[in-house]
Amino acid sequence: MQSSGMHGDEPGIALTPVDIDTTSVPRGGSTTARFRELDASGLVLKALRLAVFYLALLALWQLLYSLHVWSPYLLPSPSDVWHSFIDYVDNGLIQKAVRASMQRLVIGYAISILIGLIIGMACGSNKYVDETLGSLVLGLQSLPSITWLPLAILWFGLNQNAIIFVTFMGSVGAIAISARAGVQAIPPLYRRAAATMGASRYQSVRYVLLPAMVPSMAQGLKLGWSFAWRSLMAAELIFVTMGLGHLLNLGRDLNNMSLVLAIMFVIVAIGLAVDRIFFARVEAWVVERWGLEAA
Amino acid sequence: MASETFDQETRLPPKPKFEAPAERMAAGGELMALRGVTRHFRTRRHDTLAIDRISLSVNEGEFVCIVGPSGCGKSTLLNIVAGLDHPTGGEALFDGRLIDRPGRERIVVFQEPALYPWLNVRANVELGLKIAGIGRSERKRLADRYISLVNLRRFEKAYIHELSGGMKQRAQLARALAVEPRMLLMDEPFAALDAQTRDVLQQELQEITSRLKTTVIFVTHNVREAVILADRVVVMTPAPGKLKTEIAIPLPRPRGPDSHAVVDLAARVRTELQHDIYAAQSAEDSYAI
Repeated sequence: MQSSGMHGDEPGIALTPVDIDTTSVPRGGSTTARFRELDASGLVLKALRLAVFYLALLALWQLLYSLHVWSPYLLPSPSDVWHSFIDYVDNGLIQKAVRASMQRLVIGYAISILIGLIIGMACGSNKYVDETLGSLVLGLQSLPSITWLPLAILWFGLNQNAIIFVTFMGSVGAIAISARAGVQAIPPLYRRAAATMGASRYQSVRYVLLPAMVPSMAQGLKLGWSFAWRSLMAAELIFVTMGLGHLLNLGRDLNNMSLVLAIMFVIVAIGLAVDRIFFARVEAWVVERWGLEAA
Repeated sequence: MASETFDQETRLPPKPKFEAPAERMAAGGELMALRGVTRHFRTRRHDTLAIDRISLSVNEGEFVCIVGPSGCGKSTLLNIVAGLDHPTGGEALFDGRLIDRPGRERIVVFQEPALYPWLNVRANVELGLKIAGIGRSERKRLADRYISLVNLRRFEKAYIHELSGGMKQRAQLARALAVEPRMLLMDEPFAALDAQTRDVLQQELQEITSRLKTTVIFVTHNVREAVILADRVVVMTPAPGKLKTEIAIPLPRPRGPDSHAVVDLAARVRTELQHDIYAAQSAEDSYAI
C-alpha cells in the first residue's frame, strides 16, 4: 500500500525558498517508463529461451511418436493434432463450442464477482457475518464445485443454467475471500477522508471502498477466473451440451485422441489469452496507480 | 454521562439521538463554539478522560492554533469539531447548530496524506466536488483554481506515489479548499515533513488563508509553527486534556520563521507548555506509585 512515512522523500533539496519539492521529484510516469526500458533487452532473451524450450518439447513429442513407443491412437503426432484442430475449425464446431463455453463462463463469473463482492464486503466489515457466513464460505472452499452438478440439474433443469451454477460455485468463494481481505486492507484514513468530504454511504463505497480494494483483489479475481474455467470444463464433460468440454468428450467417444489433445490446447490457449489480455492489464493498472510496492 | 460504543472500523461515533434546537449566533461572527466539551474513552480496563470541559470559540476568518504535547487530546478536539468524534459531555456547535456528523463545511486535512492512490492529483481534488454533486464544468474550474493555488499545476496528472511528502500535503490542501469549506481543520499536517518543506508550506498556507480569509483550526505540537500561523494560540495541557491559556499573536503578516517577534512569542508559549509538561509528568509519576 501507500507509504506513510515521508521523511527523506526529497533527494537533492534545492535551497531556494520557492517550491522546494516541485523541483526535486521526477515528472509523473517516468518510473514506469524506466522499467519498461530495462525490460526491453531482457524480453528478447526471455522469448528466445521460451521458444527453445517449447520447440524442444515438440521435438521430444515427435520423437516419441516416431519411435512408436505407444501406438498412434494412444499418442497422436503433433501434426495429427494440428490436422484435427483444422478439421474442427473448418466444420465450425470449435468456434461454436468456444462461444458456448465462454458465454457460460462470462455469465457465471460475472455473477460470482457480484455475489462474491457482496459476501466478502459483508464479512470484511461485520464480525458476526464473518463468523457465520465467512466460515461457511471457507468450508465450501474444500468442496470441488463439480459436486454441485447433480443438485444443480435438479434445481435448474437440464439446461445450461445448471452449468452456470457450477461455474459460479467454483469461483464465488475465492472472490469472496479476497474481497473480505480487500475490505480489511483499506486504511481507515480513506474512510475518514471520505466522511469529512461529506460522502454518503453509497458514495464512499462507490468512490473509495471499491477502487481501494482492487490491488488486494487482483489475485482473487484471477484465482476465481481459473476456478470458474476448471469447474466449467468439468461440468461440460459430464453434462452433455455444446461446449469445449463436450467436444473433448466427443473425442473420447470417437476414440479420437488428436481431437482430445487439440481441445486441450484450445483450453490452455484461452486461459492464457484471458490472463494476458485482462488480468495483466489489471495488474499494470495497479502498478501504475499505486506504485511498485503494491505489485 | 453515557459511554458510547465506537465503530472500530471507521472510528465514527453513533449519531446522537436527538438534535438540540438551533441557536443562532448573533454577534461577533462566532463560527464554532465548544461549551464544556468532555470526551471519555472507555475500554474494558481503562477509563480515560481525553479532554475535560473545554470551552473555546472561533470566529469567522480566524486562524487558531492548538498546541500541546502529544496525548493532550488536541486531535480528539479537532475530531469533535470535524464530527468524526462526539463529545461525551458538553456541546460542540458550528454556526449555532449542534455538530452531529462530518460535513464538507468543516473539512479535515490529515497528518498523513489521505489521498486516493488510484486517482491522480486532479481527480483527487475533483472527488470532493463530485461527492458534493457539483457538475463537470464547475468541478474543472474549481480544481484548476485550487491546484494552481497550491502550486501543483505541473503535477496534476501525477499519481500519489509519484509525489513527495510536501506535494502530497499540497494536494490534500487543494482537495480540502476546493469544496470551499467554511472551516478548515488541520491535524498536524506538516508534522511528517522535513524542516525545509515545512517552512515553505507554512509560508504558503499563511498566504493562502489570508487571501481566502479561511477560518482555520490548526493542531500542532510545534510552537514556532503555531506562532507563525495563528491569530491566536490555544495552549492545551495533558492528562486530562484541558485548555490552559490563549495567547493572541498580533504580529503583522507574512511572518518569517526567524523574525525576532516570532521567536520571542514562541518562547513565551513554550514556557507555558513546559510548565505543564513537568506538572503532568509528576502527576503521572504519582499515579505510577
